[in-house]
Amino acid sequence: MSYIIDRRLNGKKKSTVNRQRFLRRYKAHIKKAVGDAMNSRSIMDMDKGERISIPTRDISEPLFSHGAGGHVERVLPGNKEFTTGDRIPRQNQRGGDGGGGGASDSGEGVDDFVFQISQEEFLDFMFEGLQLPNMIKRRLAGNESFQVVRAGISNEGTPGRLNVIRSLRAAHARRIALTSRKRRGLRELEQSLEQEEQKESVLRDQRKIDALKNEIIELRRRISRVPFLDDFDLKYNLLIRQPKPRSRAVMFCLMDVSGSMNQATKDMAKRFFLLLYLFLQRSYEYTEVVFIRHHTSAKEVDEEEFFYSRETGGTIVSSALKLMRRIMRDRYPESEWNIYGAQASDGDNWNDDSSTCHRILIDDIMPHVQYYSYVEITPRDHQALWEEYESVRTLFPNHFAMEQIVDVQDIYPVFRQLFSQKVTARC
Amino acid sequence: MLDTFASGNDSQKSDSQGPISTTSEWTFELIQEYDRAIAELADEFGLDTYPNQIEVICSEQMMDAYSSVGMPVGYHHWSFGKQFISVENNYQRGLMGLAYEIVINSNPCIAYLMEENTMTMQALVIAHASYGHNSFFKGNYLFRSWTDASSIIDYLIFAKNYISRCEERYGLDEVEAILDSCHALMNYGVDRYKRPYPISAIEEERQQQEREEYRQRQLNDLWRTIPKLGEGTEETREKRFPEEPQENILYFIEKNAPLLESWQRELVRIVRKLAQYFYPQRQTQVMNEGWATFWHYTLLTELYRRGRVTEGFMMEFLQSHTNVIQQPGFDSPHYSGINPYTLGFSIFSDLRRICENPTDEDRRWFPDIAGSNWRETLQFAMRDFKDESFILQFLSPKVMRDMKLFCISDNDKENEIVVSAIHDDSGYRQLRENLAGQYNLGNREPNIQVFSVDTRGDRSLTLHHTQYRRRPLGKETTEVLKHLHRLWGFDVHLNSLNGDEITARYHCPEQGRDRQEGEEESMLIPKPI
Repeated sequence: MSYIIDRRLNGKKKSTVNRQRFLRRYKAHIKKAVGDAMNSRSIMDMDKGERISIPTRDISEPLFSHGAGGHVERVLPGNKEFTTGDRIPRQNQRGGDGGGGGASDSGEGVDDFVFQISQEEFLDFMFEGLQLPNMIKRRLAGNESFQVVRAGISNEGTPGRLNVIRSLRAAHARRIALTSRKRRGLRELEQSLEQEEQKESVLRDQRKIDALKNEIIELRRRISRVPFLDDFDLKYNLLIRQPKPRSRAVMFCLMDVSGSMNQATKDMAKRFFLLLYLFLQRSYEYTEVVFIRHHTSAKEVDEEEFFYSRETGGTIVSSALKLMRRIMRDRYPESEWNIYGAQASDGDNWNDDSSTCHRILIDDIMPHVQYYSYVEITPRDHQALWEEYESVRTLFPNHFAMEQIVDVQDIYPVFRQLFSQKVTARC
Repeated sequence: MLDTFASGNDSQKSDSQGPISTTSEWTFELIQEYDRAIAELADEFGLDTYPNQIEVICSEQMMDAYSSVGMPVGYHHWSFGKQFISVENNYQRGLMGLAYEIVINSNPCIAYLMEENTMTMQALVIAHASYGHNSFFKGNYLFRSWTDASSIIDYLIFAKNYISRCEERYGLDEVEAILDSCHALMNYGVDRYKRPYPISAIEEERQQQEREEYRQRQLNDLWRTIPKLGEGTEETREKRFPEEPQENILYFIEKNAPLLESWQRELVRIVRKLAQYFYPQRQTQVMNEGWATFWHYTLLTELYRRGRVTEGFMMEFLQSHTNVIQQPGFDSPHYSGINPYTLGFSIFSDLRRICENPTDEDRRWFPDIAGSNWRETLQFAMRDFKDESFILQFLSPKVMRDMKLFCISDNDKENEIVVSAIHDDSGYRQLRENLAGQYNLGNREPNIQVFSVDTRGDRSLTLHHTQYRRRPLGKETTEVLKHLHRLWGFDVHLNSLNGDEITARYHCPEQGRDRQEGEEESMLIPKPI
C-alpha cells in the first residue's frame, strides 16, 4: 500500500540557510562584483539585483582524481568508421583530450560560476560596513502608526478577548469567599450529626437528627445557590494602542547647474545622490528628498528638472544654502526630522560668496543637520569654496565630510569612505 | 531499442477495464488509482518492494531536494548552497529541466512527484521510482548489506542536530573548515570490505559520549613519546604504524589524528557514515537506473496492453522515455559519457529478449540463461551484482552492436591513439572487460592508502598512491592534501608509486625549495624524483 502525501504547502526555503552560507563564504568576491556593478550600472537600475560571477576554480571542492597521462582504455559509443587497429592522431599534444574522449570524464569548467543575488542582498553588500555617522532621532509625529500591545487584564471588554483562565480563577475565588462560612457551618453540622448517629440507638435523639439533617440540606442548598460564574468574574485581555515612534529623514540635494557643470558632471552628482538616497532609505522608515539647484539664484525643483533641465549662468553657492536654510525652518523642524545635506558642485563660485557660504553653514545649517556631505566633481585644483569648506570641516569633524570625485569610478569608493564605520562612535 | 518488446504484445488481451484517465491533468485520486494499477502489475511481475510514500512537491522544493543530494534532512553547508544556486539558476533560465523524480533509499521508500508534471509523467515516475528503484533498493545485495533503509532518516536528523550544536558552540567557521576537509576526502571514507552494523539515532547519541572518552584514552597511548632510555633505534624502526595500509582515510583520521577535538572526530564520523551510505549508489548506477527504466517501460506498456491507458498517454510516455535513454555518439556535441540509463536499460531489455527469444549467438554467449524464465533471470541479475560485475556478466554482443561501442587505447608513450576493439566478434570480449573496468570504482578513483605515520619523529603522515596503468594524480591533489593536513595537524606526504618506484611526491606544507610568485603552474605538475 502506498501513502500519497501532499507536501506542496510545506516549507519551500529549505536551502536558504545553505545559500546564505555560500554567500557568506564568498563575500569578498560578491562585494567586488557589487562594487564593479555600481560603477558600470545606469543610474535608474541602481538598486536591482545583480549577477555575480566567481571563477570556478575558487569555489571548486577538490578531490583526488586521475590526471592526464598514463595508459587509458576508454569505451565510447557511436562508432561510425573505426575498425580494430585504426590509429588516430592526437588532436591535442598535451594528451588526454585526444580522440574526443577527454570530454567524458574531465569536465573541466573554465566558465565562471554565475548566479543572481536579489535586490535586497545586493543592497546589503553595497552598504555593508557603512554606517550613518550620527545617531538617528526617533520622534513621535502626529498621524503616525500605532502598535497594539498587551496591557494586562481588565474587567471590561469584548467577548472575543475573554481571558478564560483568569475568569474562572476569579469565579473560583469568589465562590470560596462567599461560601466559606456556610461550609464551615456545614462541617460542624455534619460532625454533630455523625456523633449523634454513632450513639447507642436508645440514646439517639431522632428529632435532633432530623433537625440537623434539615439544616444540612438548607445549607447545601444555599451553597449551591452561589453562582458558578458571575458577571463580575469575567476578565478580559486588555490591549492598548501605543503610538509608534517613527524615524524619518529628509535629504537635501544641492547641485550647481551653472554653465560650468556639464551633463557628465551632473550624472556623477546624480549617482552620488542616488547612493545616499538608497542608503538613507535603508536606515529610516520614511525619507523625503528636497532638490535644490542653483546658479546665481536657487530654486526648489522636482527630480526631473533637477537632473535634466539646462541652465546657464554664473554661480552663487550661498543662494542654495540660504534656500535650504529657509526650507528647513519652514517645513522640517529639527525636533522631528533627521536632516541630511548633500551638495555637489564643480567648485566654481564667486570668490566673495564662498565666505558667505562658510558663515551660513556654520551658523544656520550645521547645528541642525545630522550630516552634511560635499563632493566636488572636478579634475582641476580646488578653489576658494573648497578651502572655506575645509575650515567648516575642522569645526564639525563628525558632521561634515567632503571628498573630491574625478570620474565615475570614484563615486562608490568615495561614498564608502564618507560613510565607513568610524571606530570611535560618537554619542 | 523500443522494438525489443514488440514480440511480447501478441498475447491475449486480458479483461479490459477501460483507461484510468483520458486527460493530462492529475488529481490525487488518479495518482492513487494509477499507483494501485501499477502495484498490481508489479506484484504480478514479482517485484518485491518496501512500502511506498509518494510525496507531491513543487518545483522549488524539488530544487531544495536536489541540492541536498536528495536527502529530506541535511546538515547545513555552503556546498549545498552552491549546488542550490546553480540548480536554481539553470532552471530559471530554462537551461535544464528538473529531474522528474527523486527517490530515497529508506523504508518506507520516499519518492517525490513534481506538481508541474502531467498525469502521464506522474505515472511514469511512480513506476520508475516507487516500483523500479524501490525494488532495487530492497533486492540488491549491496544495498541489503551496506545500508540500513529504516535508520537512515534518524541518522540524518542526529547528524543535523549534532552539527548545529557544534556550530553554536565552536562557531560556523570552525565547523565549516572541518566539513570542507572531510568532504574532500569523502570518497576515501568508505569501508569496502567490512559491513558496518546499522545504527539508530538514539543509539548513536548514547554511544557518542562513550566514544569521546574512549578515543582520548587511545590517543594518549599512541602518542606516548617520552623516550625510554636504552632503547635502540633499530628496534623502534621495526614497528610501523599502521601495521597494514589503511584504505579508509577518514576512518584512520577519526581514530588516530593527534590534534582533533572529540567533536571534530564526530564530524569526521558523520561524513564517513554518509559516504558509506552513498557508496552502494555509486557502485550500482547503471544497474539501478537501468532496472528502474526497464520496469517503468515494462509496467506502462503492460498497462497499455490491458487498455488501462490511452494512446495519447503512450505517445507522451514514449517521448519522455526515449529522451531518457538517448545516447549521443562520442563525436556529438551533446556527448557527456555513456548514459547509464541507456546502458542499463539496454542490458536488462536484452536479457529479457535472450530469455524469451534467444538466437544462436545468445546460446553461444549465455548458455545457461538463454531460454530461461526471464523474471527469475532478471531478479538474479539485479540482486547479486554491482555495475562492474553486472556488465562483465550480462553485456551481450547485441547491445554492443546497438550502441556501436568501441574501445580506444590512449597511451601517453605513443603518438597515436589506437582503436583496440570494436563491436565485432574479435572485439566483444575486450570491449566488455574494458567497459566493466570503467565502472570499477577502484579504477575510476586513484588508489590512495594510508601507509605510515612517523610516530617517533615528526608525526608526519605518509600516504601511498598505487598507480593504475601509470595514471598520475590530478591537478587538485595538492589542494586535497591541504585538507588532509588540516585534519591530521602535522606534515602530510603523498608518494605516487608505479610498481615500487616512486614517480611523484606531494607534500603539505610544501617542502624543499621555496616557491616563488607566478609559479602556480609548476605546482600542478608532479615534481620529478
